[in-house]
Amino acid sequence: MSRIPLPYNPKVMDLFRNPKNLGKMEDATVVAIAGNPACGDMITFYLKISDEQVIEKAQFESYGCAANIATSSIVTEMIKGLTLEKAWNEITWKKVTEEIGGLPSVKFHCGVLAVGALKRAIRQYFTQKGMEFPSWLSKEHTFEEKQALEEEELAKTLSKRMKPEAEK
Amino acid sequence: MVENVKDLLKLHEGITQEVYLDNENSSFVPQEIVDAMLPYYNKKAYGNPTLTHKPGWEAFETIMGCFQKISRHIGAKNLEEITFTPSETEANNLAIMASCFAQKEKGKKIIISEIEPINVLQVAEMMGKFGFSTTKIPVDNEGFINLEKLKEAIDNDTILVSISSVNNEVGTIQPIKEAVDIVKAKNLQTIFHTDASDAYGRIPFNAQDLKVDLATLSSFKIQGPRGIGAIYVREGISLERILEGQIGTQKLWPGVENTPLIVGFTKASELAFTNFDANTTKMRSLRDKLVDGIFAELTDLRFNGSRGVKRSPDNANISILRAEGEALTIELSLNGVYVSSGSACSRRLLQPSHVLIAIGRIFEEAHGSILMKVTRYHTEDDINYVLSVLPKAVNRIRGIVGSTGVH
Repeated sequence: MSRIPLPYNPKVMDLFRNPKNLGKMEDATVVAIAGNPACGDMITFYLKISDEQVIEKAQFESYGCAANIATSSIVTEMIKGLTLEKAWNEITWKKVTEEIGGLPSVKFHCGVLAVGALKRAIRQYFTQKGMEFPSWLSKEHTFEEKQALEEEELAKTLSKRMKPEAEK
Repeated sequence: MVENVKDLLKLHEGITQEVYLDNENSSFVPQEIVDAMLPYYNKKAYGNPTLTHKPGWEAFETIMGCFQKISRHIGAKNLEEITFTPSETEANNLAIMASCFAQKEKGKKIIISEIEPINVLQVAEMMGKFGFSTTKIPVDNEGFINLEKLKEAIDNDTILVSISSVNNEVGTIQPIKEAVDIVKAKNLQTIFHTDASDAYGRIPFNAQDLKVDLATLSSFKIQGPRGIGAIYVREGISLERILEGQIGTQKLWPGVENTPLIVGFTKASELAFTNFDANTTKMRSLRDKLVDGIFAELTDLRFNGSRGVKRSPDNANISILRAEGEALTIELSLNGVYVSSGSACSRRLLQPSHVLIAIGRIFEEAHGSILMKVTRYHTEDDINYVLSVLPKAVNRIRGIVGSTGVH
């Protein structure tokens, strides 16, 4: 098995070792999941959203590599205090990658998945409340949401056991 | 990039103990082997062994002694049957390409198992460009090759069969003798190659007894230096050279023999085969202590491969559910324990281990797998240290996962 000496920068390593906003949130307004363990990459975001549509609190849990953990954590930091509109428009995977001080190119998809989970959470907020999507929220899935969907579609195939289960 | 790596290394300052278990991917070279190699860089035998002067003759005498010793360890009939190559990767490339090119008039079919290492798998597939086809024989849940399927697959068009003696990831010891008999009974002309990189020095392996035609050996996998391997080619098997520019003593591989590395490889072989039983018993006992200790501390684990006597004594491969392998290798590294993972994220191929998928593991189980190989140089204390670190590391990573991805 070959390995890449993934040159994670200190910020990624710091968030990997001491993730900020980690853990389940019991009183979350929305909970959104993106990714699938079969792809080795899965994120749950818990958002507490005020009636004024401001993200008051954001927490995460993640199954994945160090980059996945770090990008999830940084997104929860970046969106705290933002209105849903601002979070939707301003948080892109490129910005997340930038904020974290760069990622090895093979890890760009971690940032994409984290933003996909965020956008899914924002979309879910309106669906859950039975509200119409505001004008700033595209009806079409964004690039990041599409990526998450693609990964989940792939996972349907990947999570099937190719052979009968081996003994433990 | 290099700056980042410097920072990463800085994070390791203050580690109190280190245990290297990634002997699948590289190995430390013990001082006694380094000491054996050093004189050959500048004290003696630094000449080209084909040339007519003292340093050349010294080199010739030295490498002939090494040929002799390696041929004895592998059970070759004579030293002509050994060719040194720059590593097992080149030996496997040579085995496959040279067999195909030499027999292209006889047939076009290559048969391998579906769990061959990538330096067999990808080379065999690459031969498709030259009109050869590759058939993969399935394995069972413990990684044993399906001999019935092998028998069915052999036909008049089959020119080469390549099956590793011991799987490099899950340690399964294949029934090579039976496989050779099956192949030869159906087509005597078919060349049988075995990658013995994970067998040599860890299980009894005798090329003549097994009746294999070609066998690959690796130096670093027995704690010799990297950059040297060998191929056994049974007398009477004719192969076509794949590289030209012949200026050394070997027919099948060009270039000047690397005497210090050959000496180091030979020294590592001698050390592995002196007290072979004691060495392998020690490895088995350390490996079992490691595996038992992990299973005693953690739940939701899968043991990958065979548990019995048909497993290489050095190999431990465990899938840790609800923990992603790359994250785990980093967490362990920060605590001085070095392992590798079958996770897609930690592999250059960005696909999980094909071996684990072939033995019936789902992707998630492959992503959470860690591979550890003990050596005769490890101690009980090393294993105790790993056992003091690993459960904590797993629990921290599982803590980040929380309820995400729980099945």
